[in-house]
Amino acid sequence: MSKATLERGINALKEQIDAPTAAFFSSCVHCGLCAQACLFYTETCDPAKTPIHKLEPMRRLWEQEYTLGGRIRKWLGLAKPVTDGELARWSELVYQNCTLCGRCSMVCPVGNDITYMIRKMREGLSAAGHAPDGLIGATTRAVKLGSPMGVTLKALKAQAKHVKEDSGLDIPFDVEGAEYMVLLSSMEVINYPEYLQAIARIFDQTGKTWTISSQAFEATNSGIQIGTSDIAAELVQRVVDAAEKLKVQTVISPECGHAYTAIRWEGPNLIGRPFTFKVQHILEVLDELREQGLLRVEGVEDSRLTFHDPCQLVRRGGVIDPPRNLIKMVVDDFVEMKDHGKMNWCCGAGGGVSAIEEAAEIRLKAFNRKKKQLAKLKVDGLVTACANCRIQIEEGLEENDMDMPVIGLTEMLANHLVEEDTGGGTSS
Amino acid sequence: MKNDPSLLDILRQQGVSRRGFLKFCAATASLMALPPGMAPVIAKALEQARRPSVIWLSFQECTGCTESLTRSHAPTLEGLIFDAISLDYHHTLQAASGTAAEEARKTAMEENRGKYLLVVDGSIPTGNAGYSTIAGISNLDMLKEVAAGAAAIIAVGTCAAFGGLPHASPNPTGAVAVSDIITDKPIVNVSGCPPIPVVITGVLAHFLTFGSLPELDHLGRPMAFYGNNIHDRCYRRPFYERGQFAESFDDEGAKKGWCLYKLGCKGPVTYNACATTKWNNGTSFPIESGHGCLGCSEPNFWDMGGFYNALSEPSKGTGNALGWGVAAGAALGAASGLMARREKDHASRSHQQVTVDDLKREESP
Amino acid sequence: MNIEAVLQWIRGPGLSLSLGIFIFGILLKLLEIFLLGRRKNLAAVRSSGVAAGFRTIFSRSLPPEGNILRRPPFVFIFGYAFHIGLFVVILFLAPHIQVAQSLLGLSWPSLPTPVVDVFAVIALIALMALLWYRLTSPLMKYLTTAQDYLVWALTFIPLLSGYMAYHHLLLPYTWLLAIHIASVELLLVLFPFTKLTHAFTLFISRWYTGMMAGQKGVQS
Repeated sequence: MSKATLERGINALKEQIDAPTAAFFSSCVHCGLCAQACLFYTETCDPAKTPIHKLEPMRRLWEQEYTLGGRIRKWLGLAKPVTDGELARWSELVYQNCTLCGRCSMVCPVGNDITYMIRKMREGLSAAGHAPDGLIGATTRAVKLGSPMGVTLKALKAQAKHVKEDSGLDIPFDVEGAEYMVLLSSMEVINYPEYLQAIARIFDQTGKTWTISSQAFEATNSGIQIGTSDIAAELVQRVVDAAEKLKVQTVISPECGHAYTAIRWEGPNLIGRPFTFKVQHILEVLDELREQGLLRVEGVEDSRLTFHDPCQLVRRGGVIDPPRNLIKMVVDDFVEMKDHGKMNWCCGAGGGVSAIEEAAEIRLKAFNRKKKQLAKLKVDGLVTACANCRIQIEEGLEENDMDMPVIGLTEMLANHLVEEDTGGGTSS
Repeated sequence: MKNDPSLLDILRQQGVSRRGFLKFCAATASLMALPPGMAPVIAKALEQARRPSVIWLSFQECTGCTESLTRSHAPTLEGLIFDAISLDYHHTLQAASGTAAEEARKTAMEENRGKYLLVVDGSIPTGNAGYSTIAGISNLDMLKEVAAGAAAIIAVGTCAAFGGLPHASPNPTGAVAVSDIITDKPIVNVSGCPPIPVVITGVLAHFLTFGSLPELDHLGRPMAFYGNNIHDRCYRRPFYERGQFAESFDDEGAKKGWCLYKLGCKGPVTYNACATTKWNNGTSFPIESGHGCLGCSEPNFWDMGGFYNALSEPSKGTGNALGWGVAAGAALGAASGLMARREKDHASRSHQQVTVDDLKREESP
Repeated sequence: MNIEAVLQWIRGPGLSLSLGIFIFGILLKLLEIFLLGRRKNLAAVRSSGVAAGFRTIFSRSLPPEGNILRRPPFVFIFGYAFHIGLFVVILFLAPHIQVAQSLLGLSWPSLPTPVVDVFAVIALIALMALLWYRLTSPLMKYLTTAQDYLVWALTFIPLLSGYMAYHHLLLPYTWLLAIHIASVELLLVLFPFTKLTHAFTLFISRWYTGMMAGQKGVQS
């Protein structure tokens, strides 16, 4: 069996380097502005955490392999080769100290998409065997068990049973020809089962047909987080196969940031062909239902609330307005954080960071940024749309003795559904 | 020459009053940037000065310098100073010719050895001795011979000072400046094509007064006359500052007297007294008459990229190097880019499927 | 060889040579970037990204939305001051326009020299401030490489020598003009082989970033 080696890592990096990468490396003038946009730098003031610095080995490889000047220097023995030890050292910067949040890419004055390159860098590090154990474990479980957290179909079915007991609504499994196929993240199934019930109630009210595939219900794509396209492609393929088998029109990505990036933006590129179905985030679906007047709510929250933008949803995903449209349906006193929408600050646990045990300390340190934002707003609660953000924020608030409820947006909307004629699962 | 009349005697004979003479001394002092108190000193020295012997050698030149110095429209003090020196040899001006002329030179050299002033106009050909000879003697030999006994040398005109027009590319005669040949005598370069007459008399007055040469700049020119930049002293400078330029010699800008920078004026790199002393009895100077400065008092002014090209313009066509740059850039860029592309494709082909079992290193035994 | 001859070489063959190397290097650089290629995006895009790409090309030159102090004020203020100063000096000093006219046949109105002078001073001060920042900030010290100092000097010397030439400081104008043009030529020669290339490649970077974000429905 083949195992990870430096050569495989270097080879993977060489595959990854493309025209944008070359343009980005050619343009960086070491101005340091990306550091100021990165919460791992702002909360630690450690210059090694400057986003562009996290790519230094890849930059040198590009120079030595893909430029005339670099090749000449290499030939003359003047170039410093990329070593295994170096990649091992960089692993901490690239995995534990980056959530792929993309904020650096928004402020770079020369317009470098640094996050785009970190994603590539992870491709090389994982092939070289320098991915963190936590992510390797999650990825292995995702491939072998179907879920990074080991959530089995049995566990999901048990949750479905609870929903049925609570609301009287059936969770439809493997219904061919349904309009929507719903994906779930393990975190939701384990930590926030309310999501499943919320969805069931909303679809019930709006009269839409939906289903869950028993073959591919997991939305989390650890392959994206660890940065191994081969594995990510395998995980995407499962969803594609299921969606095509059930002939659904739209696959719905759940309240999870990177799951959306994985299936919506990387998915077709990973499997090498466009999808035959549509992919939407649950918030996009809900916003469409709102526009069509199908989503009917009543009552408003009586507390002052704000919204935490999951990075992969807004900055890296383009779902910016839907959450706001939806929140305003049920919240009067809604306030935005100073940096919100595409300029939001990450919770500190995205991009696989939450799966890395060694990153626990830095992750909570990084949360200080969100803590400061929240402290300024003086809100009673926070709404978000990503289970991973939600867990991190809840943990961070607890760590900082801040008492504040963190609510999933879909759940909150479901709580305000107009009750009139929906009782007892009439449409199921 | 023992009973030679003093300079003042001669001036008096020419009808110059003492008042006029003192005025000249004051003007000279001021031109030479000496303190006003020096005027009487100059006057006294000049009054007593004996006619110094001057030998004037003309080599590869056009006589323009001599013309400039002698063809004043009326007798001037500068001209009279010239009358006051003992110009013992000047083959354009002297009456004697042939053997007699050469004899006069020999005599003056012997009688005043170590004391006479040597004035040179014109450049010296080094290519072939036959390019320019006087009485069968090559310019080079004559310069060396006469310079040996001179107290000091005044190189008049840009040809003598820096090589001038004969030196211009491709310099067929191998023309050089006096200072390229004579290195052991004090040399004053009075450059210009032609130089301003008063500069000559000023240097002479300084020599007669102090027995030494005036302070010189890095090109051996008297600081007093060449210390200032034409551009800095130009009355059209405000137009330059405001960005008002004549674009052609007959446009509105030219009529309004705007700056001639774009028409090739070399004022910014030219050091001379034209803008303050002016020409033709203080009438005007080239820029005032509507033409840019040619930079004639500077070395290589003929080769400064064309009289009508702005100073900042490249002096030669850049087409060739640019063409080569484009060709080489395209060729090597394509080669390098394709090499990179091949390397990348090779990496893709050597890609080994990564499975979850490949994420860890081989356990070390 | 005297300074006039040196100046002649610098204005003639020297300029041709450095421009030739400059063009060579830029072409090399651009081809090395573009020939690496890029995989086609197969995802269902929200827009082609073309408009967003062009918007990003321009918008990254502007202060970020909202609070301009969102960026660290020091780098922000002096970064702008330097670049604006530099562009005004390069583009609006009459002698520089003459160069453009003789090389490209293009001409445009110049600014009054004292105005350009003020911008030159601003650019010089800003460059010195940025150098000071590089030398003192722990972050910048960590990131800075020898090449960063090299490109600083390559940019600073032409500005300083041009300023000194204009004001006849220290050396005769002819010398300063020669030094000024020579330093610009050095800048041209090293330009394509250092990160000075950002002046060109940033448009490519902004385009890619803006276009890729635009396809996802984000104006980056």
